[in-house]
Amino acid sequence: MSFPILSLLIFLPVLGGIALLLMRSEDVKNIKIMALIISLLELACTLPLWFAFDKTTFHMQFVERHSWIELFNIEYYLGLDGISVLFIMLSALITILCILVSWNSIQIKIKEFFVAILLLEGAMIGVFCSLDFFLFYIFWEAMLIPMFLLIGVWGGPNRIYAATKFFLYTLIGSLLMLVGIITLYIRGGNTFDILALAAMDFPVGLQMILFWAFFAAFAVKVPMWPVHTWLPDAHTEAPAAGSVVLAGILIKMGAYGFLRFSMPILPEATVSMMIPMLVLSLIGIVYGGFICLAQTDLKRLIAYSSVSHMGFITLGIFALNTQSVEGGILQMINHGVVTGALFLGIGMVYERTHTRKISDYGGLATNMPIFASFFLLFTLASVGLPGTNGFIGEFLILLGSFLTRPWVALVAATGLIIGAWYMLWLYQRIFFNPVNSKWDTIKELDAREIATLMPMVVLIFWIGLYPNSMLSFMHVSVSHLLEQVTGNPEGIASGVQLAVDHNYEAASSAVHHLQQAVEHVQQVSH
Amino acid sequence: MPTYLLLIPFLPLLSFVFTFLFGKRLGVQSHWVPIVSVLISFFCALYAFFQVKNGHGVNQDLYTWISSGTMTIAVGFLLDELTSVMLIVVTSVSSLVHIYSVGYMKGEAGYYRFFSYLSLFTFSMLMLVLGNNFLQLFFGWEAVGLSSYLLIGYYYDKKSAADAGKKAFIVNRFGDFGFILGLFLIYSAFGTLHYEPIFAHIDIIANQTFSIFGNTYYLPTAIALLLFCGAMGKSAQLPLHVWLPDAMEGPTPVSALIHAATMVTAGVFLVARCNPIFSLSMTALNVITIIGAITCLFAATIALTQTDIKRVVAYSTVSQLAYMFIGCGVGAYSAGIFHLFTHAFFKALLFLGCGSIILGMHHEQDVKYMGGLKKYMPITYWTFLIASLSISGVPGLAGFFSKDEILAMAFASPVPAGKFAWFIGTLVAGMTAFYSFRLFILIFHGEFRGTDEQKAHLKESPKVVTVPLILLAIGAVTAGHLGVPTVLGGDANWGHYLEPVLGHAMAHPSHFTEIILMIISVGAGAFGIFLAWKWYVKEPEMPKTIAERFPALYNLSLNKYYIDEIYDFALVKPALSISRNVILNFFDIGLIEKVVNGIPKLIGRASGSMRKVQDGLVSHYLAYMCGGAVFIILWMVVGA
Repeated sequence: MSFPILSLLIFLPVLGGIALLLMRSEDVKNIKIMALIISLLELACTLPLWFAFDKTTFHMQFVERHSWIELFNIEYYLGLDGISVLFIMLSALITILCILVSWNSIQIKIKEFFVAILLLEGAMIGVFCSLDFFLFYIFWEAMLIPMFLLIGVWGGPNRIYAATKFFLYTLIGSLLMLVGIITLYIRGGNTFDILALAAMDFPVGLQMILFWAFFAAFAVKVPMWPVHTWLPDAHTEAPAAGSVVLAGILIKMGAYGFLRFSMPILPEATVSMMIPMLVLSLIGIVYGGFICLAQTDLKRLIAYSSVSHMGFITLGIFALNTQSVEGGILQMINHGVVTGALFLGIGMVYERTHTRKISDYGGLATNMPIFASFFLLFTLASVGLPGTNGFIGEFLILLGSFLTRPWVALVAATGLIIGAWYMLWLYQRIFFNPVNSKWDTIKELDAREIATLMPMVVLIFWIGLYPNSMLSFMHVSVSHLLEQVTGNPEGIASGVQLAVDHNYEAASSAVHHLQQAVEHVQQVSH
Repeated sequence: MPTYLLLIPFLPLLSFVFTFLFGKRLGVQSHWVPIVSVLISFFCALYAFFQVKNGHGVNQDLYTWISSGTMTIAVGFLLDELTSVMLIVVTSVSSLVHIYSVGYMKGEAGYYRFFSYLSLFTFSMLMLVLGNNFLQLFFGWEAVGLSSYLLIGYYYDKKSAADAGKKAFIVNRFGDFGFILGLFLIYSAFGTLHYEPIFAHIDIIANQTFSIFGNTYYLPTAIALLLFCGAMGKSAQLPLHVWLPDAMEGPTPVSALIHAATMVTAGVFLVARCNPIFSLSMTALNVITIIGAITCLFAATIALTQTDIKRVVAYSTVSQLAYMFIGCGVGAYSAGIFHLFTHAFFKALLFLGCGSIILGMHHEQDVKYMGGLKKYMPITYWTFLIASLSISGVPGLAGFFSKDEILAMAFASPVPAGKFAWFIGTLVAGMTAFYSFRLFILIFHGEFRGTDEQKAHLKESPKVVTVPLILLAIGAVTAGHLGVPTVLGGDANWGHYLEPVLGHAMAHPSHFTEIILMIISVGAGAFGIFLAWKWYVKEPEMPKTIAERFPALYNLSLNKYYIDEIYDFALVKPALSISRNVILNFFDIGLIEKVVNGIPKLIGRASGSMRKVQDGLVSHYLAYMCGGAVFIILWMVVGA
């Protein structure tokens, strides 16, 4: 029996959080250092996953399996495949940055704040590892509580409304999922084993009902249009760390849910629901983009941009072919990195200005040139400039969806224009234009803040220039998933209607000119 | 991969990183690293040219960039005849602009920032022309767009500059929208985005059609026109030209390098690079020719009345780019690239000349306040004169050879719009000469119209500015001699050199026709110069009289046909209004939020006790959750 590394990863932050609880509340400095050490240790513990992960198999790895509640056949069953493994590392990284960005900005109940962050980390990692439905549901709901507290206790003036809305929205969705889980348990012969359920054939009618039950939970989490309205409120009111973890990891859970549960367990329903899902995603992309143009609040704008970007992700997932799904998964990481970074940056500037109104800003590039450079990079990654990670994800998603249904890519690509519009407009209103004299004495980023942003910069370029280091984790698992869903390891890639028609004639009468050019290129290449 | 080839793009990249990170500390010395690295790039580019000439082309992958399923895209370099020409254009003009900027940007607050962006641009442009696949081209395409955005918005605390940078980026995104769809279509047909396998198997698509929304299109036409969308954005052709005149907000060296000589020609390069695709579709070629011709005339008519010297030159750039597209559109790709090459020199010279004047005038750009600068700025005067003669197509200078090549090919071409394009092109040749010399005379001749203080400070620019002017002037005279047509006793070296990539023109005119066409276009140019002399030297009240006689036409030209206002009214305002009023207020707040918040309120009204659902206590929620879960479990178990 191998070393239980996944249990370690789940319970290290949980136990760390409990240890933190035992410390004296006045001992603020040590509490922070302790939290930071635990989170760094956690990241270090994820490194073996990077190196030991076997990229040649779709089977679950680092598996731990023990029976837990035998009466209901509930197991403590953990494992990772190419779809989930990278999110463990991302969660560990994001947690560290959340702790760093909260170093000075949290003023009340400091101990409890860091405890909440660590508990949240444990639950998030638990979600990504669980292979037992019951266990998954426990972690899924467990995430809600610290997140609810992060918004409700350390949030902005309207925090109670936002926290309640967040909680009720997700709870209602989750309950429908619970119904679905229990139905699966009963119909699947009393098992919560996700892999076993994926191997079974459920009647199509049942699949459809279950698909929508799961949809309720996952679509709210993503959030897909039209169940997105909790996100702007939650983001606006949450403290910086809350926004970062929300954008970075929490909303990825919805997309992960589709990949892990809806698709393999309900393949027929997934295929027949493909077009409605694509249409909802497209609406999210366009609607989310346009609504950004009407925002006056910094955080709300980024929150709505998430609706648009998450639309790209669900689009990729439901376009059901290799490029689109791999692009979708990569874009989940990318969006976590980029939007996480944007919220980190906003947290830093908010600490200085205490305003979220875009019109209060202007000309920050003069007094904060370093910060302006960082934020520009994040902006460019967000609009998908080639060389940054955002481009790779968007390109794969758009290419894949073009192969599935060209008109889908046609509509989705308008998101590229709108995205550039609202992001550059935002950037201009904050950093360019005449300097707002209110911020004449604003402080440039300090070393801690630069250190907080640097990992994101590295990831943006790393994934942008060498995405294969990430994509190679996914190849086998994604092929397997697509085979489960569509029966073809490459998924659906036959949507482009090409035909031969000899009525057309080449414009160039000098055909040999073409042939010459061809021969030449071949010569050059040899 | 040969080292010299790697050095060409990556030295400027290193220079960018170094200068961006450490330039602030270097202060006024921060120009050294960028200048030295771009000069080395230039010499490597020369070396590369001779390598290609001796038959040592390169097509090699550096590493695998993206791989997903059956799709693999590498980062790799293709060095062939076309690339080698572009490398020389980019690195030579970039070197001169780097040096010139030492004088022009002296004392600017963001001196190091400016030079680091120049390096970034040079790197991006070199990646664009060196890539051996479409995605790397797209990388360079967007990266030059970024550099352009940063440099246009160099004076970021000026709202008009920040606006202009943003506008350039977003307008280009409209073009990129088509471009990227074109790439997807190429991938669908060929299963790859690398040039070599695509062009080698181009006959795959020769008879293919593509269906969408129930309509069927000829595949090469669809691909070619989608790619051309991208080219229209980057090369500022109608209707996506609106960003280029605004881009003049950037420092003048930037206008010379990016918005005249190199980046804006990327669209022409794209069409030339993809000539096997375009040559399959007569429709696409015809569209390019027509758009080129219309843009050519359109921009020239605007240039007639502008008074901001940089704007005149900017509209002239749009018009000259249109000539290049006419060349490509009529199937004479090498003529288009030839004009790209000569234009790089005389247009960069015009812009840098403008820069020198602007320095002398203490950042006054309006020609209304100039005049008689000849005696104060002799070097600027003579070099500007050479550039003006060259763009006017005076025989023997660079612009003459390339422009006449395009016009002759257009006349002879089997493309239906060829004769139309020839007619417009010849007409515009006359207009070009007119507005160029109008500008020239207003700047350098007559009486000085500025303030006395300006007059007191008038002097020639320093050597670091004038030497690049002189070097470019040499180019503006001689560049055309690389492609003297056979009819004038030359051996058409240019076309022969590029033939392996760009092929022959579709049809040649007879020597007799060519001579006649040449006489007509030179005559048009001479008439334009004559008219400028007559109206601005002999009868200076004439322009005013004409403007008063045709106020509608005059205002249309002066206000650039109100295109910006139309876009604002028809696109920007409605988009913003729909975002705010329909999507945000009606749908999001009015509909979805009402429903979401309405449900708890409804329940609350129905039952007082249920109102506690919104009490915000987590313990209560947990209780509800568990209660609900238990209830559902029981219901399921009993029900089953």
